[in-house]
Amino acid sequence: MPRNVSFRDFDWVLVAFVLIICALGVIEIRSATMHTKFAGVHVKQMYWIVGGLGGMLLVSVLNYQMLLEQVHWMYIGAVASLVTVLLFGQKYLGARRWVKLPGGNHFQPSEWVKLILILAVAKYFADLQSRELSWSDFVKAGAIVGIPMLMVLAQPDLGTALTYLPIAIVGLFLGGIRWKQALIVVMLAGLAMPLAWHHMKDYQKQRLISFMAPDSDPRGAGYHVKQSEIAVGSGGLWGSSSGSQTHLAFLPEPHTDFIFAAFSEEHGFVGALAVLLLYFIVLMRLTQNAQTAPDRAGTFIVMGVVAVLAFHILVNIGMVVGFMPVTGIPLPLMSYGGSSVLFMFLALGMVMNVRMRRFVN
Amino acid sequence: MFGRDEKPSHIRLTAVQYIILAIFLFLAYGLWELQVSKSDYYAAAAEKNRIRNVPILAPRGKILDRYGRTIVDNYTSFTALLMRDSSRNLESDADLIAQGLHMNPKEVREKIRHFAALPQYQPIYLKEDITMDEEAFIEAHKNELPELDSIMGYRRLYPRKGFLAHLVGYVGEVSEDMLNQPQFELYNPGDVVGKSGVELEYNQLLMGTNGSRQVVVNSHGKEVGEALDEKPAVPGKPLKLTIDVDLQIAAEEAMEGKNGALVAMDPHSGEILAMVSRPTYDPNNFAFRIGRADWMKLVNDPDKPLLNKAIQAQLAPGSTFKIIMATAGWQEGIAQTLNVHCNGSAEFYGRNFKCWVAFEHRVHGDVDITKGIYQSCDVFFYTLAEKLGIGRMAKYATAFGIGQKTGIDLPDEATGVMPSEEWKLRNFRQKWFAGETISVGIGQGAITVTPVQLMRAIAAISVGGRMVVPHVVNPTNLPSGYIEVSRYTDVKNIPIDPNGWNVITDAMARVLLPEGTAPSAHIAGIDIAGKTGSAQVVSLATRAKHASDKDLAQNGWFVGFTPRRNPDIIVCALFEGGEHGKLAARFATQVIKAYVDKQRRQPTNVAKGPVKDGGVEVGALWTSRGEDGNEDKLNGGQYQVDLPKKPLESATAAPGMGGVN
Repeated sequence: MPRNVSFRDFDWVLVAFVLIICALGVIEIRSATMHTKFAGVHVKQMYWIVGGLGGMLLVSVLNYQMLLEQVHWMYIGAVASLVTVLLFGQKYLGARRWVKLPGGNHFQPSEWVKLILILAVAKYFADLQSRELSWSDFVKAGAIVGIPMLMVLAQPDLGTALTYLPIAIVGLFLGGIRWKQALIVVMLAGLAMPLAWHHMKDYQKQRLISFMAPDSDPRGAGYHVKQSEIAVGSGGLWGSSSGSQTHLAFLPEPHTDFIFAAFSEEHGFVGALAVLLLYFIVLMRLTQNAQTAPDRAGTFIVMGVVAVLAFHILVNIGMVVGFMPVTGIPLPLMSYGGSSVLFMFLALGMVMNVRMRRFVN
Repeated sequence: MFGRDEKPSHIRLTAVQYIILAIFLFLAYGLWELQVSKSDYYAAAAEKNRIRNVPILAPRGKILDRYGRTIVDNYTSFTALLMRDSSRNLESDADLIAQGLHMNPKEVREKIRHFAALPQYQPIYLKEDITMDEEAFIEAHKNELPELDSIMGYRRLYPRKGFLAHLVGYVGEVSEDMLNQPQFELYNPGDVVGKSGVELEYNQLLMGTNGSRQVVVNSHGKEVGEALDEKPAVPGKPLKLTIDVDLQIAAEEAMEGKNGALVAMDPHSGEILAMVSRPTYDPNNFAFRIGRADWMKLVNDPDKPLLNKAIQAQLAPGSTFKIIMATAGWQEGIAQTLNVHCNGSAEFYGRNFKCWVAFEHRVHGDVDITKGIYQSCDVFFYTLAEKLGIGRMAKYATAFGIGQKTGIDLPDEATGVMPSEEWKLRNFRQKWFAGETISVGIGQGAITVTPVQLMRAIAAISVGGRMVVPHVVNPTNLPSGYIEVSRYTDVKNIPIDPNGWNVITDAMARVLLPEGTAPSAHIAGIDIAGKTGSAQVVSLATRAKHASDKDLAQNGWFVGFTPRRNPDIIVCALFEGGEHGKLAARFATQVIKAYVDKQRRQPTNVAKGPVKDGGVEVGALWTSRGEDGNEDKLNGGQYQVDLPKKPLESATAAPGMGGVN
């Protein structure tokens, strides 16, 4: 470790807030799984968090500029891992998303691909020499994110593929996209929508339909949305004493994708708002770190993390309150799951990495 | 140009912060909407999710015979079902489940797959009417197989082998059509209701009111914790029939293996004592669901096993109609003095009408009303018919209820036909031919009756003219107002001259004597009066040419009673394809004998001792002398007691009914 880099500059405030959110998640996982076959997974989640903290420290001491120099290798490695999943992945519920690791664990490579994409996009925009974005820059940046995104879509995993999009969007936005360009892209995307619909899997269409009209088939595809709304709504202001939606298993996936619904049922509007506030503080703290980054690449890295985290929160909590379709995107830091926890802590490690070098030069 | 270290625009970074703030306000608004604005609505929805009303099924009322002996009972039946708890892999549990429920694992898997598309909260019904060891298996594996459960219901336990099947009827799930009818509007889909016979006619009484339990259930429909509220079920009321099981046994035995019907009645009250229709069916097969193939077989059977022939078969009465003719002739002052010489045939309206003796190459010679009855001389009644004319014949026959429903308390009674000039004009727009009158005079031609109708007419004559209404349930045994008692008591009396009554019933008593048409049915020591009949399906001449064709065989009838005047019991037997009334007479007299034996406190022939193999046959009830030699002792009914102890061999048959061919 260079002499001028020190853990004094580690963002302990950020870590504290992150750990509060994680603790709430663990408590809720315990409560939601108490009477199911998943009982006890909260302990596993704690191991993941401890492991994540270790990973965070490890990532924070590597010089991110050094990492950026090697990012093209990592990018190739990321694409290769996605190819591996497509060819040899474990098929579960009709999609190949998981690679079996020795020791019985499963790993979802699409999670850590996010990390590499953040670095790759940061590197790309940091190296740009022009203040304004040319069309060829735009296409190249799009391709960096687009290639892995298409591969994840092919798994098929629409939800995770979508989480790559904000990395590109924030990159382009901060990289100096012109309003005219943005407008043209949005219009093209609008035109491509019917084509996308045509290529969607039936279950994906079903989810979108049930999102638009959840009452059309309350026991079928709209069931998740409906039960989640009931769980959140019955929580009221201070929380429901019986917590029946969660504990009688009406709420699907109460410890993973719908953990926020389970939390909202048990702790009400006050509790849910408190969690939102914690996330908001974390995000604001992160953007502050982006502003104080030592260089352009550092800002892009931190903002990439901000983009992914904010997007996850928007889509997950939006889904729980019925504003967004069911996509299977977990709530970072709270939802049970090793891949998700590890990604978040490694991403925070990169933020720390940038922060700890803010006074270098 | 700018360098590597030049930061992205501050304005854009701040913009990102505001976008994040907007996202959080948007999410907070969503939470506010659900948790504050509409929290009452969602709290109620959560309540509705977890609180479920579970019906407590009410057992149907028992059906008893006139002495309170059980004919139809219920038994509790368990159905195995699978709760589709997502935490279990049903496919991998299928082998163990199949083993415990004695099913084929393939069958279990198929059911799981077949119902995969159904909503999760609907359990899969694996096996109906499971046996006790299968129920024990479910109980014992509550932890290993939490998805396996059972629910209790009631099933009807009918007597075996179709005993009294047509009268009792059967139950089934209420159909869509029935629910649309006003009398069934209070029923719910899935309710079990009477579908035929007494089960249908007295359904309202027999059917109980289901109770309900408010329980907390989880998302898989499994009950959690104690019931919140409970409303007990009101069981259906027991129904006492007028049937005497002892006589019913005799009647069933008499008709075993034949086609036709047999009815026995108390001619003074109209109470039906026994009713048999053959062929029969086993209503236990209908107690829940009958396979389509089995059902179609029953429906398409040319012998019509589903028809209650006692009230639904409409056939020519043949010579039994001569009793009504004789009464009409006496009342009109013709029969007293009518003397006819029978030489095998006679000519009316230019056509030759044969007497049945002609086919035996004999003649009746001089015939008066007495000989006309006991020898069943056709020529005598041809002549009487010619003198009476169809108008007066129809008047008397109609008065005795021919061509009308008797009003018996069973569904779908048939009407029969009493032809007349108006009837022909109305139905065929044709004039009545005089020759038809001659055929109707011996119960042939267009005239048709049901066994119960014919029995009622002759019962009226046997008691001096009182027209009772046959019934299978005594209205005094019913809750007041359920049925109008006056329906059975306000009956008309048809005046019959006592001398004619004596002459006709005396003549009927000679039918079973050596000079009569059914001497073989005579039972020593019992004064039976009766009349045989054999109704042609085709004309006698055609019949003679095709003697071997079964479809053209004549139907044998017999209506008999004891004693000859003011009788205690009247029996009508119809033997389809029975050729001659004397065979029908033998069946009928067996029932009469059983009745008399019972009156005289003699053990009946039909069931003298305990049934072999430890099991007691359903309906095997009999009377016998007690130890002191004169006490009337009732045996039977033990089949209910035996049930729980007996191992149940097969789940498809009702308990106690398995393993019987």
